[in-house]
Amino acid sequence: MRKAVWLLVLLALGFSFALAQPRTVKIGFVSTLSGGGAALGIDVRDGFNLAIRLLGNQLGGLPVEVLAADDQQNPDVARQAVDRMLKRDRVDFMTGIIFSNILLAVGEAIFEEKVFYISPNAGPSEYAGEQCSPYFVNVAWQNDNLHEAMGQYVQTRRFENVFLIAPNYPAGRDALTGFKRFFKGRVVAEVYHRLNQLDFSAEIAQIRAVRPKAVYAFEPGAMGVNFIKQYAESGLLREVPLFLPGFSADSDVIRAVGRALVGIYNSSQWALELNNPVNQRFVEEFRKAYGRTPTLYASQGYDAALLLDTAIKAVGGDLSKKDELRKTMLAGFNSTRGPIKFSPNGYPIQNYYLRQVVQQPNGEIVNRLVGTIFTNHRDAYVDRCRLR
Amino acid sequence: MRWPLLLVLLFLLAFPPIASAMGLEFYQGLLTKIMILALAASSLNLILGYGGMVSFGHAAYFGLGAYTAAILMREGVSSGWVIWAVAVGLSALLALLIGAICLRTRGVYFIMITLAFAQMIYYLVVSFKQYGGEDGLRARRPEFGLFELTDTALYYLSLAVLAGALYLLHRLINARFGRVLQAIRENESRALALGYPVYRFQLLAFVLAGALAGLAGVLMAHYTQYASPNLLAWQQSGHLMMMVILGGVGQFWGGVLGAAALSIVEEVLQDLTIHWQLGVGLILLAVVLFAPRGLAGLWRREP
Amino acid sequence: MPPSLLLEQLLNGLQFGLMLFLLAAGLTLVFGIMDMINLAHGSLYMVGAYLTATFVGLLGNFWLAVPLAVLGTALIGMLLELTVLRQLYRRDHLSQVLATFALILIINEVVRIIWGSQPLLLSAPEELSGPVEILPGLNYSAYRLTIIGVGLLVAGLLFWLVNRTRVGMWLRAGASNREMAQAMGVPIRPLFTLLFGVGAGLCAIAGAFLGPILAVQIGMGESILILAFVVIVIGGIGSIKGALVGALLVGIVDTAGRAFLPLLLSQVAPPEVAANLGPALASILIYLLMAAVLFFKPQGLFPART
Repeated sequence: MRKAVWLLVLLALGFSFALAQPRTVKIGFVSTLSGGGAALGIDVRDGFNLAIRLLGNQLGGLPVEVLAADDQQNPDVARQAVDRMLKRDRVDFMTGIIFSNILLAVGEAIFEEKVFYISPNAGPSEYAGEQCSPYFVNVAWQNDNLHEAMGQYVQTRRFENVFLIAPNYPAGRDALTGFKRFFKGRVVAEVYHRLNQLDFSAEIAQIRAVRPKAVYAFEPGAMGVNFIKQYAESGLLREVPLFLPGFSADSDVIRAVGRALVGIYNSSQWALELNNPVNQRFVEEFRKAYGRTPTLYASQGYDAALLLDTAIKAVGGDLSKKDELRKTMLAGFNSTRGPIKFSPNGYPIQNYYLRQVVQQPNGEIVNRLVGTIFTNHRDAYVDRCRLR
Repeated sequence: MRWPLLLVLLFLLAFPPIASAMGLEFYQGLLTKIMILALAASSLNLILGYGGMVSFGHAAYFGLGAYTAAILMREGVSSGWVIWAVAVGLSALLALLIGAICLRTRGVYFIMITLAFAQMIYYLVVSFKQYGGEDGLRARRPEFGLFELTDTALYYLSLAVLAGALYLLHRLINARFGRVLQAIRENESRALALGYPVYRFQLLAFVLAGALAGLAGVLMAHYTQYASPNLLAWQQSGHLMMMVILGGVGQFWGGVLGAAALSIVEEVLQDLTIHWQLGVGLILLAVVLFAPRGLAGLWRREP
Repeated sequence: MPPSLLLEQLLNGLQFGLMLFLLAAGLTLVFGIMDMINLAHGSLYMVGAYLTATFVGLLGNFWLAVPLAVLGTALIGMLLELTVLRQLYRRDHLSQVLATFALILIINEVVRIIWGSQPLLLSAPEELSGPVEILPGLNYSAYRLTIIGVGLLVAGLLFWLVNRTRVGMWLRAGASNREMAQAMGVPIRPLFTLLFGVGAGLCAIAGAFLGPILAVQIGMGESILILAFVVIVIGGIGSIKGALVGALLVGIVDTAGRAFLPLLLSQVAPPEVAANLGPALASILIYLLMAAVLFFKPQGLFPART
C-alpha cells in the first residue's frame, strides 16, 4: 500500500519536471557539508553561492538553479546524490566535491553522462594522467602541487634533512611524493599514521627523538588543527620549524589554533591580498556576506562559478555545444588569482605562492603573501593524459 | 498478508518499464539499492532477531563481498558467476572463523568482539595500497554470459536474489532449524538441556547470515561499480543494525521494511534540508518510544 | 631506543588512558547499574568541549570555564535522563541502541545549528602552553602533565565516592544486583538521575581538557565512544577498577603500538611492506587486545556482577 502511495508521489514529481520552465542552467553541487570535513565543503559552497549572487543569480546570462547535497564524506552517499542529480534532475554541470576518494568513486558516472565536472578542490593524479577525461576541469590544483611548492621552498632554504608526516591513505602518500619531487635533501623519516587520528603524541615523540632540521606535515581537515595544536604544546615548534601546505594555515585553521601558527611558512595558489580586481571584490564581498575571512577553499568555489560563467557566455548559452564549452574552459578565465589557463587534462597552469602567518600590530593574525615559488607551474602527470 | 505482498511484487516487476518511459531511472536505482540493503539487513535479522546474536560486525561480510568482486575483476576474472561463488564462499568462511571464536561470549561482550573482528578486517583491507587503500577500488560489472548486466538487469537480478533469499529464510525459520534457533534465543540452558547442539546451530546461522551479507555486498559493488572502505566500517554495521531494529527485530519483514524506510526517509529529508539528520533522529526516537516492536510490529497488531 | 623516548611514550599513554577513563567511568556505571547501553555518552563529551570553548570565549579564563561547563553538561545529562532515557530502562538493549543513536544524530545537528559546522577555538591556558623539563634533557608538554594530574585526581575522587560513601555503597549494590538493591531500599530513581549527571560531568571534564589538544568539532564523540566501549568491556562492565585498568591498558597499548610497531616491523620486513602494514597493525592492536582478553576472560578482567 505504502509503495502505491509512493508511486503516485513519484508520478506527480515526474509530471512537474516535465512541465519545465524556460531554459535555466542546473548545477549539481555535491560536497561534504557534515562531519569532520564539513568546514571545507561549507567554505566552497559559500564561495560558489556568493559568486552566483554577485552575477545576479545568472551564469553566462542564463538563470541558475543550484541543487546542493551532502556527501557526508562517504563515497556511497555521494554516489546516490550524484545519481539523483544526473538521472532525476538532469543537471547541466556538476561541482563541489572536496575529497579525492569521493570524486574517484563518482567521477566516471558523471563523465559517462557527458556532464562536465568542475572540481573546486579534489585533484586526484588518476584524472590528471591515464584516466583523464574531456569532461573534467579542476579550478584549484592537482593534489601534488602545494606539496611540490613547499618541497621547492624547503629545498631553497637548504635544510639538511626533513621529517615527513601524513595520514596513511593514497592522497597522503601522493602528497609526500610531491614534496620529495622537489626537495632533494635527506628525508630522515616518513611517518604514516591512521586517517582521522586525533592524538599525535606518539608521532611528536618520534620527531623529538629524531631531531630533524625541519618538519613537513600533510594533515588535511581537522587533523591539521589537532597536529599543529599538539606540536605547539610540545614546545617542539620553537626548536624544529614546521612547514605546511596552504590549507593547513588558512584563516579557518588560524581561528581554531590561534597564536601557535605565527611565523609558519606555507604554500598556496591563492592569497588574501593578491592584487587584482576579481580577488579584491571577492574578499570584500565574502567578508560582508559571511562575516569571516575567506579561505583558499572559498576562493576555489568562487572561481568554479566564474569559470562556468565565462564558458556559458562564450557559447551563447547553448549548453549542447560540449566541444566548444570544453575549448573555452581550457582557454582560461579571469580568476581570483588573475587570468589562468588549463592543461589538456583540465588542470590549471598557475603560480604557487609562499605565505607566512604573521600577527599584525592590531593583534589580528593573518596569512601574508611573501613571495612566488613557481610561475606557470603544471602538474607532473599531464604527459600521461592522451587528450590534446 | 498475501495480497499486499503480491501487489508489491507486481509493482516491483512493472517498475523499470514505467520508469524508463517516464524518465524516473533514478528511482529504479534507488529501489535497486534498497533491495540490496534489504538483503543485507534480512541476513542480519536472521542472527540478530531469530538467533539473539547481536552482531556489531556485519559490515565485515558485506564489505568483503564487495571487495572480492572488485579485486577479482581487477585481477582479470570477468565471469559474474565465478565472482559470486568466490565472494559468497569467502564471506561464509570468514563468518565461520569469526563466529567460532565469538560464540564463546554472550551479551554485550559478543557485540564488542564481533565489532573487534570487523575493525581488524577494515584496517587490514585498507592497508592494501594496491587495492586502493582508503580510496576504495573501482569494480566494473562482470559478464554473466546469459545477459548483459545493465542497470535494469541488475534491478531484476537484485529482485530475484532478494526474493530467493527471503523464500529460503522463510522456509528455514519455519523449519526445525529455525524453531531450535528461536528456542535457543529464548532459553539457551533449556535448549542445551534438551540435547540440542546449541553452538553448532548458532554457528550455522552465523555462517549463513555471513554468506547472504557477502552476496549483498557483491550486488552493492555491481550497483555502485565501486568497493569502498565505508562498506567495511563500523558505521555500516551500525546502519544495518538500525535498519533491523527500526523494521522489527525477529519480525520476518523487519529487515526489508527497515532498509526501505530508513533509505526513503534519508532520501526525502536530504532533499528538503541540510539538517536532515535532525529529522532522521527524531523519527527514529519516535519509533522507539511509540512502536516498540518496530515497523513490522505496527503491521501485525497481535502480540 | 633511548630511555627518554620510552618514558615520553609512557606518559603519552598514561595521559590518553586517564582521559579515556573519565569517559569510560560514567559509561560503565550507567551500563552496569542501569543495564542501559547509552551511545549518546560520546555526545555529552562533545557538549562538554563546546560549552568549555564557549565559556572560555565569554570569560576569557580556562579555569573558570571548566567548572561551569562541567556543571552545564551534568545538567543537560540529567535533563536527558528525566525526559528520554528514563523511558528506556525497561526496554531491551536494542531499543536503547536505536534510541540513543537517534540522540547522537539529534545532538549533533542541534550543536551544528547553535555553533555552526566549523571547528571551535579552544586553547590551553597561557601558563601551561609551553614545555617543562621533567628530566635533564627531556621536555614534556606542561599541559599534558596537567591532564595526567587532573585525571589522577578525578580517578581518586571517584574511587573515594564509590568505595567510601553511602551513595557509592548504593552504586556498588546496584551494580552487583539491581533487584536486590532496590528491595533493600536503595532510592533507585533519584540515584539514577544523579549517576547520569555525574557521568555527564566526567565526560565534560574529558571534553574540556582534551579540547585544547584535539579539535572541538561535531562528531568528536563518536570515534572516542568506540574506544570507551572497548575499555569497559576489557575491564568488565560495572567495575570502576576495571574501567581504570582497561583505560590505562588501551591508552598505553595504542600509543606504544603507534610509536614502536612500525619501527620494529621495519627491522624484520622490507620497507614497503613495513610502511603499509605498520599503521594498519597499530590500529588493530587494541582490538586484538580486546579479543584476546575476552577469549580468556569472557566477562572482562574484573566482572562486577555476581
